[in-house]
Amino acid sequence: MFNRLLLSTVLGGVLVAAFVAAGGGVSQAQTSQAKKWTVPRTPDGQPDLQGFWNNTTYTPLQRPTGVNKEFYTAEEAVEMINKAAAAEAEQTVPGTVEDVHYDFTQFGLDRSQAPLAQNLRTSLIVDPADGKLPPLTDEGRRRQTARAEARKRAGGPTDAVQNQSLSVRCILMDRNGPPMLAGAYNNNYQIVQAPGYVMILVEMLHGPRIIPIDGRAQLPPAIRQLEGSSRGRWEGDTLVVETTNFTDATGFQGSSENMRLTERFTRVDADTILYRFTVDDPSTWTRPWSAEVPWRKAVGPLFEHACHEGNYGLYNTLAGARAQDKREAEASASKPSK
Amino acid sequence: MRHCLTRALLASAGVAAVLSLAAVPAGGQARSYRAPRTTDGKPNLNGIWQALTEAHWDIEAHSAAPGAVLELGASNAIPGGLGIVEGQIPYTPQALAQKKENFANRLKLDPEIRCYLPGVPRAVYMPYPFQVIQTPTHIMVVHTFARAVRTIYMSDHKEAPADSWMGWSNGRWDGETLVVDSTGFLDSTWFDRAGNFHSDALHVVERFTATSPDHLAYEATIEDPKVFTRPWKISLPLYRRTERNAQLLEFNCIPFAEDLIYGHLRKEPAR
Repeated sequence: MFNRLLLSTVLGGVLVAAFVAAGGGVSQAQTSQAKKWTVPRTPDGQPDLQGFWNNTTYTPLQRPTGVNKEFYTAEEAVEMINKAAAAEAEQTVPGTVEDVHYDFTQFGLDRSQAPLAQNLRTSLIVDPADGKLPPLTDEGRRRQTARAEARKRAGGPTDAVQNQSLSVRCILMDRNGPPMLAGAYNNNYQIVQAPGYVMILVEMLHGPRIIPIDGRAQLPPAIRQLEGSSRGRWEGDTLVVETTNFTDATGFQGSSENMRLTERFTRVDADTILYRFTVDDPSTWTRPWSAEVPWRKAVGPLFEHACHEGNYGLYNTLAGARAQDKREAEASASKPSK
Repeated sequence: MRHCLTRALLASAGVAAVLSLAAVPAGGQARSYRAPRTTDGKPNLNGIWQALTEAHWDIEAHSAAPGAVLELGASNAIPGGLGIVEGQIPYTPQALAQKKENFANRLKLDPEIRCYLPGVPRAVYMPYPFQVIQTPTHIMVVHTFARAVRTIYMSDHKEAPADSWMGWSNGRWDGETLVVDSTGFLDSTWFDRAGNFHSDALHVVERFTATSPDHLAYEATIEDPKVFTRPWKISLPLYRRTERNAQLLEFNCIPFAEDLIYGHLRKEPAR
């Protein structure tokens, strides 16, 4: 009950006020604030992105069907958020096992309790203009089919640990990326800067992203990494990070190992980093595509997320499936044969 | 410039001097070295470092011995090591029995085998590089193995808010030395592959001191009244990875341990 109340108060009141005060779209807000605000510098003169950040959003990657504009009005945005937050809060029934495990409103894990940057966009994708992923190339389509067939051959999701997703196995999650995108909870980041490096600590999976900004060469093509290999540089006040050397298993939205990712981090005011990225993967999509989402200043510290070490859920899922197999085998053995 | 000068001096003093300097543990003559400074005037420990020691097999002095996996033969046999412990580890009699039990069952029990976070100080002398990223308020230590990360809080010191694998670290500068005080550990990590262990009462105080542009003296005082009769010390040098393109590579080891952990839960082929 407390959460519902909080939602209506926060989203109904404060957020509307913030959206309206900002004068509509995020871009307008940036323009008006950029004049008054200059990006702070580190002692060695870099734009200072350091601190704790959170990229929680209710905005979907692709524009929902039936929405035909780039921006919501402030009122529409609040309604969209309220609806999504209510659905999140009501996804389990109180008193059930699911409620104990998956009620993210407990312990503040749901999105409505995270710091939320204002964002009137109807999709994270800003290019193409329709807010959707571009069409697949022939090669991309063939790979999609081949991957689906390989999954089918491997059996059901509980047949082997490798049939589970990378996120369930604590290997890689949306927050780690790159690109780094929010999930349902725990979208916390810490950025630190030392000469020659920017490091982003992703709380999810305690993922350290070390980005050299010293102009060094990219890794040789023989070295592939789930998170690719990143090289950064400053363009004005923007940190630009190019990432290549992905693996085939990375598969971001169906991408290939040839994906070339360009991320841009721009601090647009004291409390916001605008995070933009462009995916260029001619092996998968007919054209590059771009998305953006604001990150909001958050309160630290980050905690250790020892996901793999405590992955009882995965173990029990597989153990449960094997127990089920055994029960079914026994049941069919005890059935009188015709 | 200081770097160049130091390098020139070292070169002229000869290779032997460099070698002896590298071998000097913390507290020795190396104290006189003054590290380059960060913009806030502290010793600059940024860089990629690695231990060169047999301690990851066994932190105590030990003879060469066969490995625990028959198929790997000599390639996984244990090389002898001088040890990094001052004297012997002062286990209580009960804890010593547990250590022996751990060693006997190490293939089943060593958390390293399962790609679990290695804990402290073990992460420091595993045979992989780690990177220090130093800011005035936070010093991040990023290890290759299991992507383990430690945040050393240089300000805003507090008690560990929760127990964790890598613990909670508060740091301070003592002249040339970074002193890191860590608590809030789980009892799930070991010190090495030999089954040396601790409880959740572990308290580690580490000292990192630059002894040359490319060396750190590392020492740690380990305290755990549930397992040891008194505090004890380890020390070893850490070496800078000086390759021009030195960098940490991804070693997300979870997929490499999954068949070991979950393989027995694979569905048997349909009959």
